[in-house]
Amino acid sequence: MTRTLAGYTDRISACPGDAIAFKVSAEDGSASYTASLVRLHCLDSHRDGPGLQEETIPSSFDGVYPARHQPIAIGSCAIVEGGPPLGSLTSFSVAAMIWPTLQKQTPQAIVSTLDPRASSGFCLSVASDLCLSFSLGDGTALTLPRPLLLREWTLVAASYDAGSGAVELSALPLNSHAGFTPAQSAAASASSHLASGGDGTFVIAARSADSGMQEHFNGKIDSVRLLSRALPSTELRRLIAEPLAPDHASDLVAAWDFSLRMDSQAIVDSSSNRLDGRLVNMPGRAMKGWNWSSRFQDWKSAPQEYGAIHFHDDDLSDCNWQTDFTLTIPDTLPSGLYAAKLEGGGDPEHVVFVVRAPRGKPGGKAVFLASTATYMAYGNYRVMNRSNLYEMYLGQLPELVESDLFLNTRPEYGDSLYASHNDGSGMSIGTRLRPIVNMRPNTTLSALNDDGWILAWVKAMSLDVDIITDEDLHEEGLGLLSDYSLVITGNHPEYISSAMWDGLEAFLSRGGRLMYLGGNGFFWRVAYHCEVKGVMELRRAEDGSRPWESEVGEYYMSFNGEYGGLWRRVGRPPQGLVGVGFTASGFDISSYYRRTEESRDARAAFIFDGVDGEIIGDFGLAGGGAAGQEIDRYDRKLGSPPHALVVARSEDHTEEMMIGKEDLPATNYIIGGTENPLVHADMTFFETPNGGAVFSTGSITWAASLPHDDFANNVSRITENVFRRFVDPAPFIYPSNAEERPA
Amino acid sequence: MAWPIVPDPQLAAEFKKTPLGHHSPALQRLLRVFRTLPVPGKHALLRVDHKRAWVIVEFNGRKGEPLKVHGDRVFTDWNEAEWAVFKLRWKAYFNADLPEDVT
Repeated sequence: MTRTLAGYTDRISACPGDAIAFKVSAEDGSASYTASLVRLHCLDSHRDGPGLQEETIPSSFDGVYPARHQPIAIGSCAIVEGGPPLGSLTSFSVAAMIWPTLQKQTPQAIVSTLDPRASSGFCLSVASDLCLSFSLGDGTALTLPRPLLLREWTLVAASYDAGSGAVELSALPLNSHAGFTPAQSAAASASSHLASGGDGTFVIAARSADSGMQEHFNGKIDSVRLLSRALPSTELRRLIAEPLAPDHASDLVAAWDFSLRMDSQAIVDSSSNRLDGRLVNMPGRAMKGWNWSSRFQDWKSAPQEYGAIHFHDDDLSDCNWQTDFTLTIPDTLPSGLYAAKLEGGGDPEHVVFVVRAPRGKPGGKAVFLASTATYMAYGNYRVMNRSNLYEMYLGQLPELVESDLFLNTRPEYGDSLYASHNDGSGMSIGTRLRPIVNMRPNTTLSALNDDGWILAWVKAMSLDVDIITDEDLHEEGLGLLSDYSLVITGNHPEYISSAMWDGLEAFLSRGGRLMYLGGNGFFWRVAYHCEVKGVMELRRAEDGSRPWESEVGEYYMSFNGEYGGLWRRVGRPPQGLVGVGFTASGFDISSYYRRTEESRDARAAFIFDGVDGEIIGDFGLAGGGAAGQEIDRYDRKLGSPPHALVVARSEDHTEEMMIGKEDLPATNYIIGGTENPLVHADMTFFETPNGGAVFSTGSITWAASLPHDDFANNVSRITENVFRRFVDPAPFIYPSNAEERPA
Repeated sequence: MAWPIVPDPQLAAEFKKTPLGHHSPALQRLLRVFRTLPVPGKHALLRVDHKRAWVIVEFNGRKGEPLKVHGDRVFTDWNEAEWAVFKLRWKAYFNADLPEDVT
């Protein structure tokens, strides 16, 4: 059975008293649907686990709602309300630098003032054959004879003289490749005295139509200029480079400088008209412009060389759906993972959100940090139907679920940060302001689904654990964590902002305790948008296992100016925070840990209380073992504390468990689990100053081993032992006799 | 040109016995070929009704186009499904059926 409903919320978490809005679309024409509130514990119907655990809770929004289809307008552009300067426009020149990236069967608009019925205004576009094209509202159309080159900068321009009706179109490649791509121009005659401002809206990278924006442009656009005079083509380069020169002063309508306010959704007009505009669906900013010299890699050092915006016809930052219903979190609702369960004709839709404890009033000493940045990064993952390498990475056949089929027929839902745009560039901006079909129960490739094993374990052990999200930690930092003595991570806290990292580090330095129950954690650095909550940016910079690579010179994030990529490459490897860091990945079968000699240290005795034998976790619902999928190692050279105890180490991994490429100094065959000595998960414990401590499992599949044998197993016992000691206020004693380990 | 792979039934027997786990270098090489086949027409498994049951599904490499589902045979054992797909790939790659008695 397939789903028929989809939804999302305006916020990912809420405290009692906060209101959270739910936005729903019916995808099959249903007339109504039923909504109810459920609390989620276990999120997976696996036959060997507890099964899907959803607890229905009466709520203020219970009931039947009229269903409607809510469309998604995917694709980015910039919109400028032109006011009188555009309304009075007759003669004009329009010019821009462009770097097209995709040939399509439909035109791609560069700049347009055409009204929705194309009866007035103008449009400069790239035609389906990549030739530059220009049209006016009176039907005049011009097309240059030779196609533009993809991924090459070209000055494109058009002009119209209202007195004579003369029209000119030109394309001046920045690099003519020794004459292979020469400058082109064409001329025509149109009606005189046309109103060129269309309906008064100037659109960049799309054009206005009755159905909304269409003919989205794929590629970079830089230095858009508009002049109220037909300028000879010989003067265009100067208009691009020096728009504010005195000889343009009497005619300049607008000169947009995209290098200003790059952390915002605004585009700034440097002319005296101040025709600032707004971006739709967050295209890529802080992109190398036509004048990039390569002398600077950081846009903050030379913003004038980063004046390009990279638009895509599949950018999406916010679906902007209407709200169907709202829930004000009651004071009585305990902190936890919840969903609005929507039932129509097909599979139910679960719109997931987190309820936090009342501010300053924690429900327990421990808090689970839901990896919402990671859930977003993997959101609407569909790489399996795009990459022929995907199955090789897995080491087995890909497993799809119903939501994958649903997603595949809906390109407008956007993609994950693992995908490439239609033009092949990497998808670097992720949003939760859309339905995320794998941020749901019973999904694959979802850190949320497997975090359910931890929440089910918390329930089975009857422990008091609140929930917060990555976004909460990012926004509130240490102050939020200070309500608790213990933070528990999910199985895969891979994407981390600087504020999150700093908050956790400060928490640990003040005596806080951390249980890192995952693998490949604290790996990629991300930035949240300063204006729109629920949108984050990632640059896949110079290293790491990457499905795509950022362009050289574009490693610094536009949202906050930070250097993106791996935390390891920033100089803060995860080993320095949690003792271990990513070492290998493989998704065929999982393995087990063997206790080490270091585990006999009295400092670690509490971990193994009641645990018999040497082998830990040779069972589990993810590949049959607690050490699998993605695993982490202790590494002194990467900042693991010298006094940390590696209390268990995994072994017997297959060749499919391969080291990360950042540990591959040069290509060689020794990368798999049967040969490479770095392929092992290190279960690690260490004390922090002021009485705190960290326990790390260094494996994604640890969580999926918790439910084995109805939670009566050594993985569960070790986790419980650590939990109970970590919520005990008795301080951990920082060892005074710790010695440096031998290399 | 890639060094040719000989259609040795022993490789199939090894895979049938252990679809997931340690594999000989020769089988690893064959699996790298099978697992990197072009996306259009490539097989995967679709979980049925959130149970431990699967049918074969076919990728097409295109956003927006429904995937082809082969619902005629339901597998309740993942390894049996892996073996079924392996046989399809063997036949397509070597242009020959596997012997029935591969063990």
